[in-house]
Amino acid sequence: MIISATLVVVTVVAPFIGGLLGIDGRERFPETLSSRGMPIGNFGGISWAHPLGIEPGIGHDLLARLIFGARISFFVALITTILSIAIGVVAGIIMGFFRGRVDSTIGRFIDFLLAFPSFFMIVALSLPMVQRLEKSGIAEGNTARMLYLVLILICFGWPYLARVIRSQVLSIRERDYVMAARALGASNTRIIFKEILPNLWSIIIVYFSLSLPGYLTAEAVFSFLGLGIQPPDASWGLLISDSIKYVMNEPTYFFITTTSLVFVVLTFNLLGDAVRDALDPKSEAS
Amino acid sequence: MFGYLVRRIATSLAILFAVSFAVYAIFALLPFDPAALTCGKNCNNPAIIEANRIRLGYDIPFWQQYIVFLGGLFAGRNYGEGAAAINCPAPSLGYSFNEHECVTTLIRQALPVTASLAIGAMILWLIVGITLGVVAARFRGRSADTASTIFVLIGTSLPTFLTGLLLLVFVVIKWRIIPFPSGNYTSLFENPLEWAQILLLPWITLAFASAALYTRFVRNAVIETLSEDFIRTARAKGLSEKVILRKHTLRAALAPIATMAGLDFAALLGGSILTEKVFNLPGLGRLSLSAVVEYDLPIIVGATLLSAAIVIAMNLIVDILYAFIDPRVRVAA
Repeated sequence: MIISATLVVVTVVAPFIGGLLGIDGRERFPETLSSRGMPIGNFGGISWAHPLGIEPGIGHDLLARLIFGARISFFVALITTILSIAIGVVAGIIMGFFRGRVDSTIGRFIDFLLAFPSFFMIVALSLPMVQRLEKSGIAEGNTARMLYLVLILICFGWPYLARVIRSQVLSIRERDYVMAARALGASNTRIIFKEILPNLWSIIIVYFSLSLPGYLTAEAVFSFLGLGIQPPDASWGLLISDSIKYVMNEPTYFFITTTSLVFVVLTFNLLGDAVRDALDPKSEAS
Repeated sequence: MFGYLVRRIATSLAILFAVSFAVYAIFALLPFDPAALTCGKNCNNPAIIEANRIRLGYDIPFWQQYIVFLGGLFAGRNYGEGAAAINCPAPSLGYSFNEHECVTTLIRQALPVTASLAIGAMILWLIVGITLGVVAARFRGRSADTASTIFVLIGTSLPTFLTGLLLLVFVVIKWRIIPFPSGNYTSLFENPLEWAQILLLPWITLAFASAALYTRFVRNAVIETLSEDFIRTARAKGLSEKVILRKHTLRAALAPIATMAGLDFAALLGGSILTEKVFNLPGLGRLSLSAVVEYDLPIIVGATLLSAAIVIAMNLIVDILYAFIDPRVRVAA
């Protein structure tokens, strides 16, 4: 638990430290590349000056590139997670608390969304939607691509949590202390915020720590398919899909980028498990 | 029971209808002209574009197009007139101008690949997941349990496309155990050995992550069931641990697994885009991905609708099976 918490802090803080120290992922080191564009030296040109080696082809410092790219990757994952949780919680509480027609309307809409082949829709809509975002002047280039990814991931992400929250709220609202509050004349707002919401925090925290790595991976996957951020900006997905090109000649590059992603995802998964164990006395089994 | 069945089927049909309309509308209202795309990139002959527009039926408002599309689904559809007419028999999902082929034909070619992939992977992950889960639960806290926990952690942390790439790089390129995937596919009935050889790595890739999830799920389900009263009764009767595990625990613990497996299987049948791309398999996923790249609208709509239909149908089957197993569901719904 402590180990994973430390790791999470390190991965989250690293990008900001990188910014403070003045490391720029776009800085090039052409002298470290051979004439064929491959890094000089063993293991991808690892040296004191470049602790994780050099990116082949262009000659960026890989560590700087990873830190630089982490900003975008984490930004996308964090915004998506927070917003989809917010929508999911609000919808879930509304459904569970007011029941009846509201519940069945939103419920049918969720059924409808979940029936969509979401992964495929994200791929299919990417090109036209990004173009539309650019045309409407809201955002340009990579910002538009990021915006699209965040919006569409939220769109397909919130229904899962909404369902879980709804079933929880349905059971909580029948408990004695809610009855007591109502008998004392508490308003709906008060019951929702003071009696029901506090009981949902553990679910929300667990869901957060499990869906953040999910969206981190999603960003990598869509960059791998060529739908994510484009150079000269960097994201982890872009680095991974770039490193695949060099996997035969420069396996170190591939291993460092993929290991970074797997490591961070693993860390968040461990954290999620730990939080669940700590908050839920029933899950001692896991 | 009958009333529940009717209600459930009606809802599913309504959702399928809504999804099909939404998919059609989303893609029809995008700023792309499917008729202009039929004419190639550097084409500036408006006459050809207009002729193709009428021939493919894109000249009418989109809600009318949708009605024609629905009609084609049941009665088949003709494109153009006279000798040059193209006929797509029912169920027609449209005609792809890029591939010069009816979408239904294309899907029929791709579906066996995806189905082989999905079925093989599911068998693999069910075997691995259930075995590991039961073993871990049986020897809880011992080294077998720790090993399965590590497997679960790695499996859930490694994205599918990375598993596939790692397998491809090592098994195929570095160690040359299996020849490089050529993009061809041999049917099971033609040459079972070659079929299995082509699909082996994709199966492992797809099964890896799911096997990890199922291991965790089965382990928790078995442990929870082992603490139930009827297990204590069985123990008190003096039954052996083996009989208790096999006859009493597994039956109760595995019922929810069937639901999970059904839904996961449906998702896979819709095309596993990443695995098919990494291993260059000519399945539904690759078909739809290349359609997206070339903006081949009829294929996109057809493939999306098919996978939505599969998911909805599987949901329905799972729910109905559940209602048979558990009478409480019927009342609640």
